[in-house]
Amino acid sequence: MKMVQAIIRHEKLGEVKKALETQGILGLNVTEIQGRGRQKGQTRQWRGAVYDIDLLPKIKLETVVDDADAEKVINTILDVTSSGTIGDGKIFVWTVDEVIRVSSKERGKNAI
Amino acid sequence: MDNTTDEYGDRSPRPTAPLKGGINIRRTLAGLLAVIALFTLIPGIVSATGDPSGASTYTPDLDGAVLSIDYVWVLVCAFLVFFMQAGFALLEAGMCRVKNVANVLMKNMVDFVLGTIAFFILGYSLLMGPDIAGIIGDPTSAFMLMGDAYDVNTMLLWFFMLVFAATASTIVSGAIAERPKFKVYVIYSVIVSALIYPIYAHWVWGGGWLATSTFMTDLGGGYGALDFAGSGVVHALGGFIALAACILIGPRIGRYAKNGKPLPIPGHNLTLVVLGGFILWFGWFGFNPGSTLSAQELVISRIAVTTTLAGAAGGITAMFITWRKAGKPDVSMTVNGVIAGLVGITAGCAWVAPWAAMVIGIIAGFVVCYGIWFIEKKGVDDVVGAVSVHGLNGVWGLLALGLFADGTYGVYTTEGPLVTGLLYGNAGFFLVEVINVAVVVLWAFGLGYLMFYLLKKTVGLRVSEIEEREGLDISEHNTIAYPEMVIKDFNMGGNNR
Repeated sequence: MKMVQAIIRHEKLGEVKKALETQGILGLNVTEIQGRGRQKGQTRQWRGAVYDIDLLPKIKLETVVDDADAEKVINTILDVTSSGTIGDGKIFVWTVDEVIRVSSKERGKNAI
Repeated sequence: MDNTTDEYGDRSPRPTAPLKGGINIRRTLAGLLAVIALFTLIPGIVSATGDPSGASTYTPDLDGAVLSIDYVWVLVCAFLVFFMQAGFALLEAGMCRVKNVANVLMKNMVDFVLGTIAFFILGYSLLMGPDIAGIIGDPTSAFMLMGDAYDVNTMLLWFFMLVFAATASTIVSGAIAERPKFKVYVIYSVIVSALIYPIYAHWVWGGGWLATSTFMTDLGGGYGALDFAGSGVVHALGGFIALAACILIGPRIGRYAKNGKPLPIPGHNLTLVVLGGFILWFGWFGFNPGSTLSAQELVISRIAVTTTLAGAAGGITAMFITWRKAGKPDVSMTVNGVIAGLVGITAGCAWVAPWAAMVIGIIAGFVVCYGIWFIEKKGVDDVVGAVSVHGLNGVWGLLALGLFADGTYGVYTTEGPLVTGLLYGNAGFFLVEVINVAVVVLWAFGLGYLMFYLLKKTVGLRVSEIEEREGLDISEHNTIAYPEMVIKDFNMGGNNR
């Protein structure tokens, strides 16, 4: 099983959710985060002065899928979020040892 | 100060937070009641000679009806001016960070509630009491509105004058936001409303030397220093006390880089800033037109027009200046520009033409933007720009009256002498206003500096560094304005805060 963790733009969340849904991926978690990558930050204005903000608000979307589905999920997210410009985000993938559904105590793939 | 054991017996629940430096409420109240009791013993003050019900003031004829219209006009305008307290509170709260919001709101409340009592006991008498040597009004003449002052006419004027005094005193809270001890502000509120404001206001509005001395009236050409609704009396006074306070209290932590470069500290809510600005503007329609003190002076429509034009011109000017300087039009500076235009027109609103009102507003927009940036560069941290908005533009308002008064309206009456400024041939009146400017700046800055210097040497002006970083909501009130909001101080880059 794989954890796919995508850092995306706020405004892309709705599209990503819908695209994943059409691929049969329903379960996911979303967190509002602040962070930075190569882009580092942006400037803002206050009372005629310009200042830097070096952490930008982003959305962190996480979903755990069967190994076979991982590539499909990654490509679905990329299709929607990649605009070729700086600030599109990042995707991290890693292996998940175990998944347990609390209500039924099922384990493994069935619990996803 | 260990007064917790005095006030709370063993069986009473104790407050969970220590009462750091609390004021002994019982002793203060007892002292206050003793003073009141002393004064009520003086015969003459208790015997009412005024008209407390209005029975002998009102007459059931046309005169009575016209008088009633005047009463309604003055009261409705005073209610509008009162509402400016809400405007100041919102604007200042929006300009502050989340951790200081409750504190700045509390300061806006305390300067009104304490100022009201101070004005009741002493302030109004100094302002409007029978003149003594051109310097003060008789300080006991309207003590607690007893005796002759227990009268509907006196109380009408008292209420109108009160809301103006409160406007002057509330200017300082935004300038020194986010760092003063709350008790300093409590003491300040009483001193300003009881002494500093009423005495200067007496000189202009209460029959004092600036308005009525022979030297001034000769120089002015039949009238001395004028200030229709208080560019100087209210705004310059508050603004220059704020300057003294800002200099003595020092800038907020993180306001300047190590090399002295100013760093912006964005406020937490521009919605509140703009709403506060509009409420102030709305209140100004009571502030300026109401200062006729009579609905029979139909110049009120002209005043509404000049007031609006100056505010609009100030806002436009500030918008374009920031657009050019920083790349985008700045929201809070545009609000400051509007208020600056309103302050600038306040002294001359009944005496200048609409085109002049627009010019006054445009210049006010320049004064406020470059004033704010100049003061900031000098290391003086004025959170909301009060020194430039109210102080510098208060001065500009007095000078503008001396320049642009067009000789179409008299001294709060359509009768002559008509008020005429430099551009219409009366250089003497411009000089009178220059003297007025010098006096209000010296008086407000001088006494403001003295007051805050003494407070600095005794109670101390600032909270500790740890308290300032944690926020004044917690250190001064042990509360949080937005308990469900995480304080996000970490997204500011490059600022060594």
